[in-house]
Amino acid sequence: MKSAELVESTSHQQRGESHLRMIGKWARDAGPLIALLLLVILGLLLNPSFLSWNNLSNVLTRSAFIGIISVGGTFVIVTGQIDLSVGAMAAFIASLMIIVMNQFANAGWSLPLAVGVGMLIGLIVGLLSGLVNGLLATKGKIDSFIVTLGTMGIFRSLVIFVANGGTLTLNSNIREAYRPVFYESWLNIPIPVWVLALVSVVGAVVLAKTRFGRYCRAVGSNAEVAHYSAIRVNQIRVIAFVVQGFCVALATLLYVPRLGSASSSTGVLWELEAITAVVVGGTALRGGSGRVSGSILGALILTLIGNMLNLTNIISVYLNGAVQGIIILGAALLQRSSRTR
Amino acid sequence: MHSMSPDQQYLRPVENLPQVPNETNPILAAKDVNKAYGPVTVLQGINVNFVAGEIHAIVGENGAGKSTLMKILSGIVEPSLGQVLYEGKPVETGNLRGMENLGIRLIHQELNLAEDLSVLENLFLGEEQTWGPFLDEARMRGKGREVLAKVGADVDLDAPIHDLRVSEKQLVEIAKAIAQRVTVLILDEPTASLTQRETERLFQIIESFAKDGVAILYVSHRLEEVKRLAHRITILRDGRLVTTQKAADLSPSEIVRLMVGRNLQDLFPKKISPEKQKIVLEVRNLSVPSHVKDASFTLGKGEILGFAGLIGAGRTELWEAILGLRKAAAGAIFKDGLRSQFTNYSDALQRLRAVYLSEDRKGKGLVVSFDAQTNYSLLGLKRFGSWFIDQRKERNAFREAIEQFQIKVTDRSMPVSRLSGGNQQKVLLAKILGLDPEIIVFDEPTRGIDVGTKVQIYHLIASMAAQGRACVVISSELLEIIGLCHRVIVMRSSRIVASLDGSAINEDEIMLYATGVKSPQSFSSP
Repeated sequence: MKSAELVESTSHQQRGESHLRMIGKWARDAGPLIALLLLVILGLLLNPSFLSWNNLSNVLTRSAFIGIISVGGTFVIVTGQIDLSVGAMAAFIASLMIIVMNQFANAGWSLPLAVGVGMLIGLIVGLLSGLVNGLLATKGKIDSFIVTLGTMGIFRSLVIFVANGGTLTLNSNIREAYRPVFYESWLNIPIPVWVLALVSVVGAVVLAKTRFGRYCRAVGSNAEVAHYSAIRVNQIRVIAFVVQGFCVALATLLYVPRLGSASSSTGVLWELEAITAVVVGGTALRGGSGRVSGSILGALILTLIGNMLNLTNIISVYLNGAVQGIIILGAALLQRSSRTR
Repeated sequence: MHSMSPDQQYLRPVENLPQVPNETNPILAAKDVNKAYGPVTVLQGINVNFVAGEIHAIVGENGAGKSTLMKILSGIVEPSLGQVLYEGKPVETGNLRGMENLGIRLIHQELNLAEDLSVLENLFLGEEQTWGPFLDEARMRGKGREVLAKVGADVDLDAPIHDLRVSEKQLVEIAKAIAQRVTVLILDEPTASLTQRETERLFQIIESFAKDGVAILYVSHRLEEVKRLAHRITILRDGRLVTTQKAADLSPSEIVRLMVGRNLQDLFPKKISPEKQKIVLEVRNLSVPSHVKDASFTLGKGEILGFAGLIGAGRTELWEAILGLRKAAAGAIFKDGLRSQFTNYSDALQRLRAVYLSEDRKGKGLVVSFDAQTNYSLLGLKRFGSWFIDQRKERNAFREAIEQFQIKVTDRSMPVSRLSGGNQQKVLLAKILGLDPEIIVFDEPTRGIDVGTKVQIYHLIASMAAQGRACVVISSELLEIIGLCHRVIVMRSSRIVASLDGSAINEDEIMLYATGVKSPQSFSSP
């Protein structure tokens, strides 16, 4: 085999292969979009109110949480790592935000200031959580799967601890002040959707057009080659985790005003949904290649399916998790077959 | 006269070679064997026979078809045309099991052992001896101990393979082969990662097998070994058999000429010595834990400095430490007379203006799933923008590189895994030379590429030096070192043992230092 590789194939054969590859690439790139369109058509057939503006904006708003987290997840997965802690991290950040906001309000701060500082603290906690994950995975030389399995447990149990096993709730005056962040609209489009759009555009540009984005792909493809290309491999990996932490915090900032509370059930299985969105979007789970736009489409697909199960009676809503599981398995199978071909 | 040490035996004169066994009844033969992968022919019209009790060396350049021929003879690969004969009768080709039953065993270049299983489990993998539904542990242990003793391997039967040294793994692999009936033993580059002593030990074992009537097929491109060991030599070039002759009838330079298909002097550019030397880099007392001890040397502007030595002597590790790719325990580096300190390669790029061409093209040099342009710009990507990549600038720079290095890419978006070895190496060269470096370290610059590209690379290195860049060539191919370098530093077990120049740069002198027959030169500290 080795000697066969050494000899150049004829240009004719290369051209034929490159056509095949173009089709394969096109199918991979357009796959998530086609799947989304098919889902929309199916939804329309099942229930005409599916395409109503109300329902659509509802779906988009709900997909914002997972969508934003999956943008960070794309970076982590492209660098060849994984973050299982995002759901627990979101719950942890939410709990801390609720506690500090209540404290500030009780201390007599003006409500907008209390909310603003609380949000800032949420972002900082997110960045730090990502940093801890990243440092453990690089300096600590622990596989990221294990690192985030560990921090997932820690975050989750800290939430239960600070909530004393129950639910943390925002004081009603604070909640009133914070409410618009989730419920208000600008130009008739809900704020979470604007944030999602902004995060995805920035994320897509960073991954596709910047030096950092290219380094992420190089590290995920072959860390040794990256090392020998003067890339600070560990630095890139840590930054990817920090980006993920920031995205989780951002999603949490939008999530807290929605219910105004946090408990042990906050953010449960978000990691599964975020990873599913990334993989369904065409990012290779082994790292090295991926697109932020795909992850956003993946998040929309997941939310749409949940929504359709709600609107129709064909499959029980209780089977939502099963449907998601089937989707991630299907996406993984597709990835494998496109790799072996 | 000195007493005989193993190393001197290794270099014993040609006249002492053993006689070739009787050739009339070959045990194994290839008849008109052809092999093509798609439109690419890798073997053409191969006719050769092997006799019981002979050691038959198969030599040739990388890509000459040696490995493919061995795979056909051992049943791993099916020939496109032609037959394999065992004791004169055609056998079913491409049938590994059938060949193994005839006693034909191939020891792979990259050893085929299950790293997490024990020595015992590996010895009988797929051939387990059972007692009813249970493994017959006792019987396997007895047999295992017997075959390990036969190959002279002093290893624990219960040790997991990953705890063994490479040489021990090799012996276990051979023991595994002889645990079953063996009539033909094929060894593919078995000494690539062995030390001198281990190599010598392996040779004794091989010779004892030959005496017992096993036909040995020995694939190598190390001429010294071949001359030392073989009764007959078959030379392959570009998929064709050039000749099969008695080893005693071929001189080393003749073997080389037949292997590469041209005269040696046509291979290398004329050596132009650099003018009055200005020292670019000085390394003092550099040590790398368990790889390099106390290395000191200088590198001059426009100089081609060779690093010779056996594999594992510490040459690659020394340079990786200098370039910040690996941690050094001690030592100082001076660039143009000034002390330079840094801990990573990206700083080395800036401070030393030094680049490194890795010996491991696919493992460390190129991201094989990326296209050529992305690979080209990955090192020093900053020059195309610190945040956003200026894609037009990147494209233009790559277009220039394609012309300069004569890279053949029909489709720009094609991953480099689909390029030929020679073209991959050119992409890698373009990648490191695109930074306009002052110091270039070429680690095994011609491994796994065809002769034509080799010659191009030799000329490239010479032209880099002529431009005043300091070039370092780390190579296990002595020819390359001798043909290219102005000065040669020889390393042996982690230390620099000699610095040779002028007429002292020759095969004998280098090998004497590399194997430790000659004791280290004494260096006055600079």
